[in-house]
Amino acid sequence: MTTSTMKTPAKSPYWAGVRDGAPFILMAVPFATLFGVIATDAGLTLAQAMGFTVLVIAGAAQFAAIQLMVENASIAFVLLAALAVNLRMAMYSASLVPYLGAAPLWQRACVAYLNFDQTYITSVARYEARPEMSVSDRVAYFFGVATPITPFWFGMTLVGILAGQAIPDAWALDFIMPIMFLAMVAPMLKSIAHIAAAVMSVSVALALNSLPAGTGLLIAAGAAMLTGALVEIWMERRRA
Amino acid sequence: MTYTDAEIWIIIVVMGVGTFLIRFSFLGLIGDRPMPSFVLRLLRYTPVAVLPGMVAPLVLWPGATDGQTDPVRLLAAGATVLIGSLTRSVLWAITGGIFTFYSLAGLTALL
Repeated sequence: MTTSTMKTPAKSPYWAGVRDGAPFILMAVPFATLFGVIATDAGLTLAQAMGFTVLVIAGAAQFAAIQLMVENASIAFVLLAALAVNLRMAMYSASLVPYLGAAPLWQRACVAYLNFDQTYITSVARYEARPEMSVSDRVAYFFGVATPITPFWFGMTLVGILAGQAIPDAWALDFIMPIMFLAMVAPMLKSIAHIAAAVMSVSVALALNSLPAGTGLLIAAGAAMLTGALVEIWMERRRA
Repeated sequence: MTYTDAEIWIIIVVMGVGTFLIRFSFLGLIGDRPMPSFVLRLLRYTPVAVLPGMVAPLVLWPGATDGQTDPVRLLAAGATVLIGSLTRSVLWAITGGIFTFYSLAGLTALL
């Protein structure tokens, strides 16, 4: 009798999600702490830095916004560049439709709020491996994956904010952000098309660096997206 | 940073709402209609299109050195990309990059 009740938690899709999401705590902790430190260093108040983390809940875009704000870019450019970093999530959203499209609206809204790289990648891998999962099991699994990550994301930002107020300028925190961006991008350079897009982005951004903050970046990003897509098509044709 | 408090809050709230709408878009509103494949292709490259262009001037012409190219920052950036592409791990790349940066910065301070 005890064995059967003991087995239930392990079998429940929610707890399976919690188990699969737990390793990402390792990643959320340093990221969130650094965001808190850097946002404070840039001059945001505690409430503003926490507002970012809770409302936006997307690491790369949050760092991108802070970077452009440090450069005093116009508000429109800050928003455009930071939201462009998040455009990939439209793709995540589209690819979840076949699995979660039949769930109630409030559940889909909650999934949307929690739909970041780690929850998305982990959940889709599970849905693909287990096509027999019901829609409610899939939703439960998704929330399970988000459960260990989200509180650490919020909590460690707060720790970073409090620590950031105590860190002296001599620590040269200015370069932590470039390192984080490079670290996020490097593992994504997995095809010639990705590399071509990155090279185009760098070249155009450097060439247009004298334009007002954010302008060159937007042109560079547009050119780079186009480059990636065109190289991808070209590679497919070559293979075919 | 020269924004007023209100401007900062506008950035935060619009980014929050905008990010939510991007995430909610297909799942919540558009539904299971197929997207043009060229749009999907473009979206796939957004992170590698935006982040390298943002970071390149910061690596070559850092504000902290008044725009002077700094070998320590160049080497740390190179180490980060190298480790990240070899290990495919964001965490290792950050750790390696920060370690390289502070050990080289420490070394040059000593010399």
